[in-house]
Amino acid sequence: MSKMQINITVNGKKQELLAEPRELLIHVLRERLGVTGPHVGCDTSHCGACTVDMDGKSVKACTVFAAQANGADITTIEGLGGPDGLHVLQQMFKEHHGLQCGFCTPGMITRAYRLLQEIPNPSEEEVRFGMAGNLCRCTGYQNIVKAILAAAAELNAAKEAAQ
Amino acid sequence: MNEMTPPKTERAAALKGLGSARKRVEDARFTQGKGNYVDDLKMPGMLFGDFVRSPYAHARIKSINADKAKAIPGVVAVLTADDLRPLNLHWMPTLAGDKQMVLADGKVLFQGQEVAFVVAEDRYVAADAVELVEVDYEELPVVVDPFKAQASDAPVLREDLEGNMEGAHGPRRHHNHIFTWEQGDKDATEAVVGSADVVAEEMVYYHRTHPCPLETCGCVASMDKVNGKLTVWGTFQAPHAVRTVASLISGIAEHNIRIISPDIGGGFGNKVGVYPGYICSIVASIVTGVPVKWVEDRMENLMATAFARDYWMQGKIAATKDGRITGLWCHVTADHGAFDACADPTKFPAGFFNICTGSYDIPTAYLAVDGVYTNKAPGGVAYRCSFRVTEAAYFIERMIEILALKLDMDPAELRAKNFIRKEQFPYQSALGWEYDSGDYQTAWDKALKAVDYEGLRREQAERVDAFKRGETRKLIGIGLTHFTEIVGAGPVKNCDILGLGMFDSCEIRIHPTGSAIARLGTISQGQGHATTFAQILASEIGIPADDITVEEGDTDTAPYGLGTYGSRSTPVAGAATAMAGRKIRAKAQMIAAYLLEVHDDDVEWDVDRFVVKGAPQRFKTMKEIAFASYNQAIPGVEPGLEAVSYYDPPNMTYPFGAYVCVMEVDVDTGEADIRKFYALDDCGTRINPMIIEGQVHGGLTEALAIAMGQEIAYDELGNVKTGTLMDFFVPTSWETPYYTTDHTVTPSPHHPIGAKGVGESPNVGGVPAFSNAVHDAFRTFGLTHTHMPHDHWRIWKIAHDLGLHG
Repeated sequence: MSKMQINITVNGKKQELLAEPRELLIHVLRERLGVTGPHVGCDTSHCGACTVDMDGKSVKACTVFAAQANGADITTIEGLGGPDGLHVLQQMFKEHHGLQCGFCTPGMITRAYRLLQEIPNPSEEEVRFGMAGNLCRCTGYQNIVKAILAAAAELNAAKEAAQ
Repeated sequence: MNEMTPPKTERAAALKGLGSARKRVEDARFTQGKGNYVDDLKMPGMLFGDFVRSPYAHARIKSINADKAKAIPGVVAVLTADDLRPLNLHWMPTLAGDKQMVLADGKVLFQGQEVAFVVAEDRYVAADAVELVEVDYEELPVVVDPFKAQASDAPVLREDLEGNMEGAHGPRRHHNHIFTWEQGDKDATEAVVGSADVVAEEMVYYHRTHPCPLETCGCVASMDKVNGKLTVWGTFQAPHAVRTVASLISGIAEHNIRIISPDIGGGFGNKVGVYPGYICSIVASIVTGVPVKWVEDRMENLMATAFARDYWMQGKIAATKDGRITGLWCHVTADHGAFDACADPTKFPAGFFNICTGSYDIPTAYLAVDGVYTNKAPGGVAYRCSFRVTEAAYFIERMIEILALKLDMDPAELRAKNFIRKEQFPYQSALGWEYDSGDYQTAWDKALKAVDYEGLRREQAERVDAFKRGETRKLIGIGLTHFTEIVGAGPVKNCDILGLGMFDSCEIRIHPTGSAIARLGTISQGQGHATTFAQILASEIGIPADDITVEEGDTDTAPYGLGTYGSRSTPVAGAATAMAGRKIRAKAQMIAAYLLEVHDDDVEWDVDRFVVKGAPQRFKTMKEIAFASYNQAIPGVEPGLEAVSYYDPPNMTYPFGAYVCVMEVDVDTGEADIRKFYALDDCGTRINPMIIEGQVHGGLTEALAIAMGQEIAYDELGNVKTGTLMDFFVPTSWETPYYTTDHTVTPSPHHPIGAKGVGESPNVGGVPAFSNAVHDAFRTFGLTHTHMPHDHWRIWKIAHDLGLHG
């Protein structure tokens, strides 16, 4: 099958590669670029384990062709932490036991990262609704919700302190 | 104590041992996307395997033509049963003593069955090739109903067993019959039931469902032809058992096989069994000489690997007029699908279903289970429960509710009246178990008080009145459960899988500078073993948990063990960990005494050190002892500080709990809102309360799924109707309620640290709590029993059938 030239930025790094038109973004990330944080958990876009941030939106990378991502700026779990250490969400997931087997965690945190930009000070209900595209089989979500609310509080406090 | 010694409590806290809500050491890698799951593995030259699967539930295979598939560039091989036959690998043994086709041998017996294995350079090419393999099928009559399967004229499903009327678990009485398993006293129970004041009778069906961990099953097999070693990385809940079984069926010597379970993305029983994908990957790697990866997709996972439950439980419960239970009779028709691939200890073809007398002192009981073949996927795994325990708990907790209705007695009161009392432990049940410890009444009283049970009943009655007056369309259901689990298989004398005794193990090495590594025969799939086993050790050997590495899952380095399922890690491997720690401490005592120039008996243990009795200022810390053990010549003592323990538990452990679910049911839409869920668990000694609470939240959510919508449903032709996450219900954060957790502590008297295991209790107790709440909402309108799952449509149908829609 003929291949297309794809240019994407992944976690701040420009990447050029050739991919088949049918190739999914998740496979390009995981198999060509070695970005294995996002996972594949279903075939039908239900589980959200493959969630990445594409041009400022949460997308399920199993439902995006690499060709559609041409020119896009993509952030995965690997790109959330900065040079100063972990992202607050990563810290809070650990602090509040928001993960067990860890398989959903990269997608979960990447989605929460975008959610907290969409709604910086969410209610518990908004978190539960905003995270409903990401399935977890281990935690029952209670501690995930707690972790996200704690991260929001911390981020807001930091923002206030900076002002 | 000299001035430099911090107080006992401070030193104990610094260890982060038993009881500490220690943060998990696993989380650093998982939160940064640095987990190492099987599909993350990439090796030079690695090929991808993919299955051609049967679209039919029962059909004869007339021919398979793979020419077109093989013609695609990048396709390396297409394996069929004919290729595996010369190796005698076209069939494989199941964990239940049956055998299963690896690739369809002449016919297919369930939809999704493995027919051919395509090996290609890339997963897309493999998928293309799967589409091009031409299989000519001749459809055969399909049997999906386990009762119809036993009719005299039912089609013969397992032609390979035709004429063989002696199965792995005794005589077979029909060509689709697998076994009959009986426990208890039949005559006495029938006499009690026949003459009782009151008998409640019901068919309680626990539907077929699936563990559905977020990561599906998969492996990478790599045969190194240079040194003759086979390495398989895979989603294995029991890596050592896989190694032994692989050796037995392949003929490769066991020392030449290395099984590695990397990070596992949830198991819940799904990853206990041996699946055709593993065998095919191994064969393909042997044939091609390069690593072969096979990872199933979600549809394959739900259709082909490891269903759970599917038990039809006919029950009779007998009682006196005032509610004293006198007998329990149960007959189960167990639908095992096309091959008996249940993951149960050999002597227990229906698992520990004979825990079905539950938390109650029932003097007389009888149980018979008939296993039956149908045209459905094989499995019968313990989905987040000890073997068939969740079926048993659901059965007794429904029967109690039905009996309460019949007696017109409050179900909380009926339970309390029949609890096994604290002073009766150790308690011999009528169906053969010795319950180790329990204090059911205390837990029950605490639970009822916490939810204000009487207040809830008043509110419920007021709501019924308001409903009758036409002021509301919502009813309140109060779902009660008091469950008793049986976990920690198990004593080797009666528990083995394929002849492998179900002990477990821990090996500890203390490093000269006083840190340590511990390796176990179990494997975490999210339970946090690296965190909690270090805590057990910290309390035993006085080395901070933060200084102890815990490793599992590599059969070349870990001691032999039977793996993680059935809540057995803490009861068995956790006990081995404590015992190995005690061996370390015993040697450390000799070393300390030598260093302190006193007799061994003159020193005593003090949190993290040995002190001279009566002279607390004279001591040696574990750190000092560790260094001396390697570097100081001590007469009569070998250098080094290591220990290994293989632990064969004397009994199972019996965790229990009291759950209350309060639900608002909309009569017109069938929606059910969980208003409150209170879960009290008693898992004995609590190692890490944070992790216990997390386990309870997760198990309850799986229970919510099962009770309220999750099922593997088939149509009459054997088509799977719920083969994707579109149809197979997995709750999101939106549907999942908030849980209130609580506990009592009744230690196990026979476990070295008194722990009982907790991971599966919430699933075992949760399902009846949710289901009883649905039933309870309609109890005053005449509902006795209805089958799960209670999705919106089924709840609507209950209301409709009761005439509540006017």
